[in-house]
Amino acid sequence: MMTGKEGRDPVTDADLHAWLDGELPEERRTEVERHLADNPDVARRFERYRAQRVLLGRAFGPLIDRPLPDSLTPPFAARPAESRRRPVLWLLALAASLLLFLAGGATGWLVRDWTGARSAGTAAFIADAVAAHRVFVVEVRHPVEVGADQEAHLVGWLSKRLGKPLRAPSLASHGYDLVGGRLLSDAQGPAAQLMYQDAAGRRITLYVRASSDASDTAFRFAQDGSVHAFYWRDNGLAWAVTGDLDRVTLSGIAEEVYGALNS
Amino acid sequence: MPPPAQPPGPVDDRAIAAHVPRLRRYAAALAGNLADADDLVQDCIEKALANRHALRDVSRLGGWLLSILHNLHVSGLRGRRRRGPEVSVDDLADDLALSAEPADRGEVRDFVRAFGQLSEEHRTVLLLTGLEGLSYREAAEVLEVPIGTVMSRLARARERLRALLDGGEEQVVRRIK
Repeated sequence: MMTGKEGRDPVTDADLHAWLDGELPEERRTEVERHLADNPDVARRFERYRAQRVLLGRAFGPLIDRPLPDSLTPPFAARPAESRRRPVLWLLALAASLLLFLAGGATGWLVRDWTGARSAGTAAFIADAVAAHRVFVVEVRHPVEVGADQEAHLVGWLSKRLGKPLRAPSLASHGYDLVGGRLLSDAQGPAAQLMYQDAAGRRITLYVRASSDASDTAFRFAQDGSVHAFYWRDNGLAWAVTGDLDRVTLSGIAEEVYGALNS
Repeated sequence: MPPPAQPPGPVDDRAIAAHVPRLRRYAAALAGNLADADDLVQDCIEKALANRHALRDVSRLGGWLLSILHNLHVSGLRGRRRRGPEVSVDDLADDLALSAEPADRGEVRDFVRAFGQLSEEHRTVLLLTGLEGLSYREAAEVLEVPIGTVMSRLARARERLRALLDGGEEQVVRRIK
């Protein structure tokens, strides 16, 4: 395998890794690159290693933008090293959550997305989606304005009012059937709500409105009490999937919605 | 005018706080879940503050914190100090897949799961060099091992991960140094 030229040190695996990591002395580079050109198997293996590094950043990189728990934000409590005093922690946590509550405004609703930035528009959107969810999922006689039996009419009507082509994705694979939808209004103008229900009568809602912001298809997660929501922006529409479900189940449904809209 | 009660220490809350997001990312990737990562980082901050005067050169704070965190992690593993049942790395994999672009979700999920199957040693060396961008020398200082050990661990870790991701036989990686 080794094709080192006479009078030169053979290229070792250590050289190749150093080359990949930018730690190879400059004068050795030509030899290493010639060795790779002469040994396609080795070159392929190191391409895979390079791809690993890209994936490492892609997979774990976004963790850096996650909002930090109170325990990891300053001022760091000066606690006696020998024992952790829970009561002190409790007080600190209480004080911190009180601050967060005040910062979150009168609704107490606080959205911190993955970037840690709190955007007023996003917070308002998710608060509207959750409020609409709460209002209409408990409705027995009039949960929707237009029922699923007139789905084509419903979708056509809501698309026209939102000014964007809309679809009612099928969530049958998760056991949810379309109940219907309604037109709503919020501070930004018209919004649409689609409601789905499973055999046990559990309801989830999709809340949609036109958005001039750039697409951002990474899912954001928000929680208010037992109500969870995933939301994203895509193709000029902002979407929120809201339900009284655990996060993992709801994320599966959100992925289904996203997939159906992009299929 | 009274003199300040205490001269400012070389390391304060603000200096440490600037490193916390990176520490937490590293800890989560290492531990495989955010709950253990938060405990680790919190212990690390406490230890750093308690020993703040041991660090003379504040420009080395990042490496110093990583070193403390690494030692805490290793001693935690040794003492099997665990809070409740082990948390599956699958949760973190699903979580991270959600913050990836839709086209990358499957790949990210598979990667995090495969990464979770590596040994602690292998995870550590891949993270320090690949994610934290440390040089071999800096990684060696954090891990308190010779540079040659960093290089041979890195080579074996990469090949192990390649076998986990691509399937197939693991090449026998020649010993380096």
